[in-house]
Amino acid sequence: MKKNENMKNRINKLFNNKKENILSVYFTAGFPNLNDTVEIIQQLEKNGVDLVEIGIPFSDPTADGPIIQKSSEAALINGMSLNLLFEQLKTIRESVNIPLILMGYFNPVFQFGVERFCQKCAEVGIDGAILPDLPLHEFDNEYKSFFKEYNLHNILLITPQTSESRINQIDAASEGFIYMVSSSSTTGTGKKVEDFQQDYFERIKQMNMKNPRLIGFGISDNATFKNACKYAEGAIIGSAFVKSLSANPNLKESIAQFVKNIQKNT
Amino acid sequence: MKYQVDENGYYGEFGGAWIPEMMYTNIDELKRRYLEIMESAEFKNEFDLLLKDYVGRPSPLYFAKRLSEHYNTNIFLKREDLNHTGSHKLNNTIGQILLAQKLGKTRIIAETGAGQHGVATATVCALKGIKCVVYMGALDVSRQAPNVKKMKMLGAKVIPVHSGNKTLKDATNEAMRDWINNPVDTHYIIGSVVGPHPYPDMVARFQSVISAEMKSQLLAQTGFELPTRIIACVGGGSNAAGAFYHFLNDEQVELIGVEAAGKGVDTNETAATLTVGTIGVLHASKTMLMQNSDGQITEPYSISAGLDYPGIGPMHANLHKTGRAKFLAATDEEVLQAALFLTQKEGIIPALESAHALAGLEKIRMQPEDVNVINLSGSGNKDMETYLDYFGY
Repeated sequence: MKKNENMKNRINKLFNNKKENILSVYFTAGFPNLNDTVEIIQQLEKNGVDLVEIGIPFSDPTADGPIIQKSSEAALINGMSLNLLFEQLKTIRESVNIPLILMGYFNPVFQFGVERFCQKCAEVGIDGAILPDLPLHEFDNEYKSFFKEYNLHNILLITPQTSESRINQIDAASEGFIYMVSSSSTTGTGKKVEDFQQDYFERIKQMNMKNPRLIGFGISDNATFKNACKYAEGAIIGSAFVKSLSANPNLKESIAQFVKNIQKNT
Repeated sequence: MKYQVDENGYYGEFGGAWIPEMMYTNIDELKRRYLEIMESAEFKNEFDLLLKDYVGRPSPLYFAKRLSEHYNTNIFLKREDLNHTGSHKLNNTIGQILLAQKLGKTRIIAETGAGQHGVATATVCALKGIKCVVYMGALDVSRQAPNVKKMKMLGAKVIPVHSGNKTLKDATNEAMRDWINNPVDTHYIIGSVVGPHPYPDMVARFQSVISAEMKSQLLAQTGFELPTRIIACVGGGSNAAGAFYHFLNDEQVELIGVEAAGKGVDTNETAATLTVGTIGVLHASKTMLMQNSDGQITEPYSISAGLDYPGIGPMHANLHKTGRAKFLAATDEEVLQAALFLTQKEGIIPALESAHALAGLEKIRMQPEDVNVINLSGSGNKDMETYLDYFGY
């Protein structure tokens, strides 16, 4: 992709303008209520969140912990689907400016049609996709051209077990940012970030990768967010946010309070 | 090689390793090392010795005379039900525990449906003194209480899974999560020819001892080099993969898989993936799946907990697509009748899973000179409650 095209993507714009304390928040589309999607995104932006990951619910979320499993199950019971999600997001760019990413498992996207998925993302203004069970070589072989055509970034993950050579390979193949899994764990089960990950964070920081990094998994509060931000451009919060949505059904209130707590003193 | 896995882990368009990055290091290590380890003399010697002295192999190839008379043909039963722990499952767990040791793993996890694979895994972990955790759907835990107790007695920890339908698919999800959370010390012993490459190929190779024995036993007992057809039940498809393996390239041998129709392939309560499924990605494999148009996996149903799975091994999806194997489906009702029929004709009580293969006999046109081999994958001991309830003894 040419540099100027890259610049059109809101994800690149964000990372060009902001180098630290970037807060990305994940939620499951269709939860707590089927039609909360747009309001959740609007409230997140309004309260200063830099990037939003919209979860596409799947019946078998093998890389997620109990909180996101439950939200996915509830969202599916509520009637969420990829078709409906794109319908809900149709006019999202009239009110929201921050980068938006769709995150989910590959099968619903595969059934929707990968090319059609990319095209729809471009239509409604989605900037990237995180599809954890779409491995890099399958992406390269089959789908890369669609993502390029629609200027959609495929966000790749690295973990504490990822070898240095593979990290370099992922860095070379990545656009936007790299999703750095903080620990060997499914979402929402992380122990305190600072206990185990310092060495790993430090090691990755020293690698001077070309892409910025956001640290995810186990980031749940102000302390874990701040610590992660010492080693990367920012961090991603998923399960803790989904949990806060189930605790207080008043979206406006609960989102304002949640984001304020995470960002205090940063 | 036409029906075997290719270097990218595919059988035709099916298979691959659709894994999240969190599983990459473990799967990559397995992929790089499984063949080298399995083909080493040291591994082979230990594997063969355990198959012989511990599992009790070779399992007999039994000529079922009264059954043959009834169908006016020749029917042989490959007696996997006579293996230690009562099914073919131990062939694979013996292989994988040896492999796990070579990889330096000190903790084993497994999923189980009916509990046969769980028991087979707990057994080899006891044999080797390795820590064992088995994930089992909460519904299956209550349906298969004797196997749960067996696993506990063998020293395994059985964790009931409460997500989804609380059956095999959900147990598999949870085992994958465990592996993601414990990537360093743990090996995941998958029980069927499913999951990411190299599992389908690795498990098929461990189970291929079934067809290797069939070949030599058939020749020794009948003088025939090849049977007319082989019939096996298919859920994930490990016993069928083992029974078909050495006959895949003998195209004159008819290969027949029998899926679980449950209450009927035209109802919502079925597990006949190839009949009602479409291509998709689940449990890190691109294969035929039971799913809705949004790509959400639908819940399977079968009276047999071991066939109660919404997918099928990629090898079988390819055998189906290429027409190399034929796949039928048998309903609960047909299966129960077939189980009773074998019991009273031959004095062998089959597992509900294996009874699907027997039910296939009613759907196939056989000639008097045909040589039919049925893979009797497991014993009915674990299903006595179901049989007694149904038949009212």
